[in-house]
Amino acid sequence: MTDQLTLEPTARVLDRASVRAFVDEHINPYADAYDRAGAVPEELLARIGEAGLWAPFLPPGLGGSGTDMVTFGEIHEEVGRGCSSVRSLLTVHGMLSWALQRWGSAEQLERWGPSLAAGRVLGAFCLTEPQAGSDTGAITTRAVPRGGGWVLDGAKKWITGGRRADLFLVFAQGPASTVALLVPRDTPGVGISPIDDILGTRASMLAEVTFSDVRLGPDALLGPAAGFAAGMVLTGTLDIGRYSVAAGSVGIVQACLEASAAYAARRSVGGTQLRDLPLIQAKLSEMVTDVRAARLLVADAGRLKDAGDSATIMSTWVAKYFASTAAARHAAEAVQIHGANGCGPEYPVARYYRDAKVMEIIEGSNEVQRTTIAAEAYRRWAP
Amino acid sequence: MSETISGRIMGFITNRFPQADISESEDIFALGYINSLFAMELVMFIEKTFAVTVPNAELHIDNFRTAKSMTGLVERLQSAAAAA
Repeated sequence: MTDQLTLEPTARVLDRASVRAFVDEHINPYADAYDRAGAVPEELLARIGEAGLWAPFLPPGLGGSGTDMVTFGEIHEEVGRGCSSVRSLLTVHGMLSWALQRWGSAEQLERWGPSLAAGRVLGAFCLTEPQAGSDTGAITTRAVPRGGGWVLDGAKKWITGGRRADLFLVFAQGPASTVALLVPRDTPGVGISPIDDILGTRASMLAEVTFSDVRLGPDALLGPAAGFAAGMVLTGTLDIGRYSVAAGSVGIVQACLEASAAYAARRSVGGTQLRDLPLIQAKLSEMVTDVRAARLLVADAGRLKDAGDSATIMSTWVAKYFASTAAARHAAEAVQIHGANGCGPEYPVARYYRDAKVMEIIEGSNEVQRTTIAAEAYRRWAP
Repeated sequence: MSETISGRIMGFITNRFPQADISESEDIFALGYINSLFAMELVMFIEKTFAVTVPNAELHIDNFRTAKSMTGLVERLQSAAAAA
């Protein structure tokens, strides 16, 4: 474990404005093309590395910028405004990088940190299986200790970035509890099967990743192999993923707002501009209100992370639930405002609509989130 | 009491689980509702409140079983940091 949580926040070397400009120049104009192609081009992946966006929270000693988590959230909101597929790749890469920083040994940090910070190595997060999603107790992938290392067998599904990633953070059942293993893509026995024609985040390069008699050294283990802390690797990593998805969902709402306002301003119906219709104004006012509320919830969760306050975990649940449901709701309204044009390829709102639905499912479905949030309510107000 | 290391740890636990009626030497894992979420919160609380970093080697259950054992962990880490 490193001292991330006891460091003073560093000065911002990346900020919302610079990332917004990057997204407007390098992502926004091409996001629909990525969606249709079902992939993000290598050129953009390299540009993201040059901009220092892959894992900006890593300390300068590892090649990162040491950004605080509030800034990390703002970066993911801005990228999410442009393209949820790209933001999804940043999410899983960030999850692996954060877990490495939090739990990695000095040797693991030295081996992987600089490459992850620069994007020379892209990371992916392998938890979900064909028959196990949020129910981590149902994981069937097995990690068996052998010869001082590990032998890994099993299959993971819906792995964001799996088609492209170089390093997988795999959660498997160990002898005593769930263990986290770092598995390089080129390890013999690792198989990659692309998953195409998905509903949303179509360019996030999803794959099914299989592990057949994969032999790993002792340095593959990230964090404890057993005991009460073993589950914390997963809990903490998912928390970062939820935070990123929450921020990305804010970006979707912002994108819906910008697209809808622009469309309403130039479109007329029956001699009346859309912008003057009260029902359209009502939709826009709801978008304006919700995007600000969601942004504040994400910022609050980020501020608590920067303070090392354990309340960030519940704050992140709340932010992700609110922001993802807002994204789904407003993406539907954005399509409605655009009418038939909203259903076609000329406008981005159909993509927002498909992507937003995914946000309600990934990193813990909204039903799981509501159950957890309700449990917190009972704990605090009806013990 | 509340300003001691043990008192602050007890305060965190009882605030998190108001229904828990425990002593400093009582096994919190025997309460039956400790999960990985609370474990994460507990470690974050200790690191933030006492300005220490809990290394992987110290993340075993016996160090977190009671408020008393957590107090010992914090004192040990603070001493190590002061000596460094």
